[in-house]
Amino acid sequence: MSENIIIVKNLNKTYGKLKVLKNVTFNVKQKEIFGFLGPNGAGKSTTIKILTTILNSDSGKITINGFDPLKSPDDIRKSFGIVFQDPSLDDELTAYENLDMHCVFYKIPKTERKKRIEHILKVVELWDRKNDLVKNFSGGMKRRLEIARGLLHYPKVLFLDEPTVGLDPQTRTHIWEYIKEINRKEGTTIFFTTHYMDEAQKYATNIAVIDKGKIIDVGTSKELIKRTKTKNLEDAFLKITGYNIRDQEVSSLDNLRLRKKIMHR
Amino acid sequence: MPLLFLLAFGFGFGSIYTLAGQGDYFQFLVPGIICMSILFTSVMSGIEIIWDRQFGFLKETLVAPVSRLEIMIGRTLGGATVAFCQGIIFLLLSLLFGFKIISLINLPLVFLFMLLIALFFAALGTAIASLLDDMQGFQLIMNFLIMPIFFLSGALFPIDTAPRLIQLIAKINPLSYGVSSIRSLLSGSTNFVFLNLLILLILTIIMLIIGSKLFSKMKV
Repeated sequence: MSENIIIVKNLNKTYGKLKVLKNVTFNVKQKEIFGFLGPNGAGKSTTIKILTTILNSDSGKITINGFDPLKSPDDIRKSFGIVFQDPSLDDELTAYENLDMHCVFYKIPKTERKKRIEHILKVVELWDRKNDLVKNFSGGMKRRLEIARGLLHYPKVLFLDEPTVGLDPQTRTHIWEYIKEINRKEGTTIFFTTHYMDEAQKYATNIAVIDKGKIIDVGTSKELIKRTKTKNLEDAFLKITGYNIRDQEVSSLDNLRLRKKIMHR
Repeated sequence: MPLLFLLAFGFGFGSIYTLAGQGDYFQFLVPGIICMSILFTSVMSGIEIIWDRQFGFLKETLVAPVSRLEIMIGRTLGGATVAFCQGIIFLLLSLLFGFKIISLINLPLVFLFMLLIALFFAALGTAIASLLDDMQGFQLIMNFLIMPIFFLSGALFPIDTAPRLIQLIAKINPLSYGVSSIRSLLSGSTNFVFLNLLILLILTIIMLIIGSKLFSKMKV
């Protein structure tokens, strides 16, 4: 059995009175494509934030690539790449400049930079657009560029927080092809969240389902389907988490997103 | 907007001011409006963090192996530079409208003051943005913090003839030190300027420390 690259043990997090994570425990093996599924407000994003050192947990232990975020945050930050749910590119820079900036942050030597950027831009098929400003890119192109950026420092793990949300099926398939290829060629472990169950069923080699801050099931999609005696992962997911619609409280983040939509219309 | 202020106030109130025997109002107003443009721009650049950490580049820097202090200093310097340049452009523009710089030797000191104001308020904006999680509080801060700072800084009217209460408020208002110093420097006097410089310098350092503390504790 291969080694665990992400180990999460008894993770707890409370926002005010709300317990967002309750003893969350799971492992991700090396070179796995790990799907992290759950309804809205289940604690997916919070878990990713804690894993990526943006947020501190209240209690519990995390190890990524053998590092503890509390003791060596910078080592962990070098071990993973991330594609956020909301875009985080600098629109006023070109594709190339965005990637170059990333190299500066991760202290990649100047002599290496050009080679790496060229390689990765060719992988995501954006090399011929390298000198175009990012603000002129389509949603799918931005996503591809973000994935490229996340891979630039050769991370062991790539976090993808809803990487295909708001994209058409063609682009979704395309993006997943890249992800699979990177996983196969570079051996990068992929950790992703999504609401598209067909994606998870198709691409994830292992799945954890989280609901109300608790991990409620772990297994391959086949195992989950078999256990719930359903036909596909979507039905299995619904059976595991229940059919009720989650009434999530409107968060300040939702307000921000709304504002963004209005402003960009 | 500062240009609008300058022209409307400058030519509108100018005649009353001159009638009251106080000299040229335009000469008086320009330093105030320069400070205003720096104030608004630098605070805004800080506030933009709210936006940027969710939809912008800032989020990328937060997961990079870079310390929070470096990020905060970088952002503040960036915002302050933009505000400072705007102040300079504004100074040049006002020359076109007939503003006269009496003492050119004092210009470097004027720039120093402009830079300090820009730094102070960029750090203030950063501190505020670190505490807020939505743009909703923004209007409130604009109306109850930034506008009073501007109006009660002596930018539009002389403080020393104002009611005592306003004088008192101006004493604790960092912008008023900048406004009055820039004003006297441009007109060739250096009264109190070095004391003001010291006060503003200390305030700026304190604000930078507060800003970076809050920034590193910021929730995303």
